Amino acid sequence: MKVLRLGIGLAIVFAASWALAQGMADKGATDKRRSGTQDMGEALQKMQDDDTANPGMLFVQLGGQLWGKAAGAAGKSCADCHGGAASMKGVAARYPAIPKDADAPVDLEGRINLCRTANQQAAGFPPESRELLALAAYVAHQSRGLPIAPPDDPKLVPFRLKGQDLWKVRQGQLNLSCAICHDDNAGRKLAGVTIPEAHPTGYPIYRLEWQTLGSLKRRLRNCLAGIRAEPYAYDATEYVMLDLFLMDRARGMMLESPGVRP
Amino acid sequence: MLRPGLLAAALALAAPAAVAQQIAPQIVGDGIPASLTGQPGDAARGRAIVANRGIGLCLLCHSGPIAEERFQGDLSPSLAGAGSRWSEGQLRLRIVDGARLNADTIMPAYYRTSGLQRVARNFDGKTILSAAQVEDVVAYLATLKD
Ligand code: HEC
Ligand code: HEC
Ligand code: HEC
Repeated sequence: MKVLRLGIGLAIVFAASWALAQGMADKGATDKRRSGTQDMGEALQKMQDDDTANPGMLFVQLGGQLWGKAAGAAGKSCADCHGGAASMKGVAARYPAIPKDADAPVDLEGRINLCRTANQQAAGFPPESRELLALAAYVAHQSRGLPIAPPDDPKLVPFRLKGQDLWKVRQGQLNLSCAICHDDNAGRKLAGVTIPEAHPTGYPIYRLEWQTLGSLKRRLRNCLAGIRAEPYAYDATEYVMLDLFLMDRARGMMLESPGVRP
Repeated sequence: MLRPGLLAAALALAAPAAVAQQIAPQIVGDGIPASLTGQPGDAARGRAIVANRGIGLCLLCHSGPIAEERFQGDLSPSLAGAGSRWSEGQLRLRIVDGARLNADTIMPAYYRTSGLQRVARNFDGKTILSAAQVEDVVAYLATLKD
């Protein structure tokens, strides 16, 4: 008799939580993906959310100044061709992409440098330079709050698949893959650090450890160094392919640029 | 037996210079019974290696009875009690090349250079730990009885 009652009790509890789960599913709460922001302490989350405290916003401001400054043999500013910041809304959410008449994808920084060289007829900015990061932050900031929306361009597919291969391959002296940490062990502690799911939602990010803004490329180079793998060259397409894969994996998640990270 | 290449290289090294004690790891069953240096390791040095995140790297993934290291990992079992669960020979193989015990293991092989891809230039061709360091770590793990 007692056993029976216990059984009924359990069934009711189970049914209740199942109903709750259904309700959550209706609200779209089944997406279990977590931005790295959610793995940070409250103080850092506040810093990211508060424009007056987020150090990345200084770069966005600098980017705004550069946007209006004429440069190169063409003597044109970004604004001369593109108009105001609003023209960049949603752009960062769909990069990397393949430029018109090209056959390989470029990331957002690569696209900006294309405009530098081809349209302004000026020298490209060096990787991780203040100017390039500031312009990338300015452009990406216009997509803050928008869902990541990679383009359907079929020409991107082979590059994205290559990115997935790179994600899964073990490398470096420690013989680890990105997937081992970020898929299989996300949420666990690597020494004291919570392993994030590695969604590229916040880039470029202000990283406290760097004391400056940095690109996704720089972040990936850090992870490669961590497993004692040879980083790809700065201009290597491997980064763009990984970026493509990561953006697809994060499809629909919200952009938060400029992110803050520890 | 380790990969033939490594074994051959180790033998070639060992043949002319008998002074340099570098013994090719001989796998017997699920362990490597003999010391890689012919000498027993030093448990105190081993503890320092295990605790050091830039040398042993163990606490990235493991926790262990090393109270002064606040930041420990939880990707793998605690090292506490390892010395009562495993013999020295079993511990030695686990450190030298854990993939011999579990092909899918994420634990790096600490004394193997073959089968790795895109190793950073400054680490290329080098094992993570030297033979003497492996022995020190084994000696330390063997003391972890509970
Ligand atoms: C040994 C585990 C490990 C491996 C392997 C690894 N990472 Fe990471 N990764 C981390 C940790 C830990 C962090 C967070 C670091 C921090 O906050 O200090 C991180 C951060 C990241 C981030 C930033 C996420 C954010 O929220 O801003 C990205 C993106 C990333 N990794 C991608 C990769 C890629 C791509 C690879 C493979 C080339 C890789 N990682 C390999 C552990 C790893
Ligand atoms: C001479 C005109 C010109 C100038 C100057 C110029 N651009 Fe462009 N930009 C273009 C054109 C044209 C395109 C679109 C190319 C295409 O259709 O593929 C473009 C595309 C872009 C895109 C991608 C937009 C998208 O929807 O995919 C970005 C980002 C961008 N430019 C940023 C910049 C920045 C930053 C600067 C200043 C450093 C700049 N551009 C300067 C003409 C210009
Ligand atoms: C990248 C993560 C990682 C690192 C670094 C690592 N290990 Fe491991 N270790 C594991 C995992 C995971 C296991 C569980 C068994 C398996 O998957 O093969 C394991 C198992 C073990 C075991 C057997 C555990 C038991 O008692 O059942 C010992 C002993 C051990 N590791 C010692 C070490 C030592 C000592 C170091 C440093 C020299 C180290 N490990 C570094 C991941 C790691």
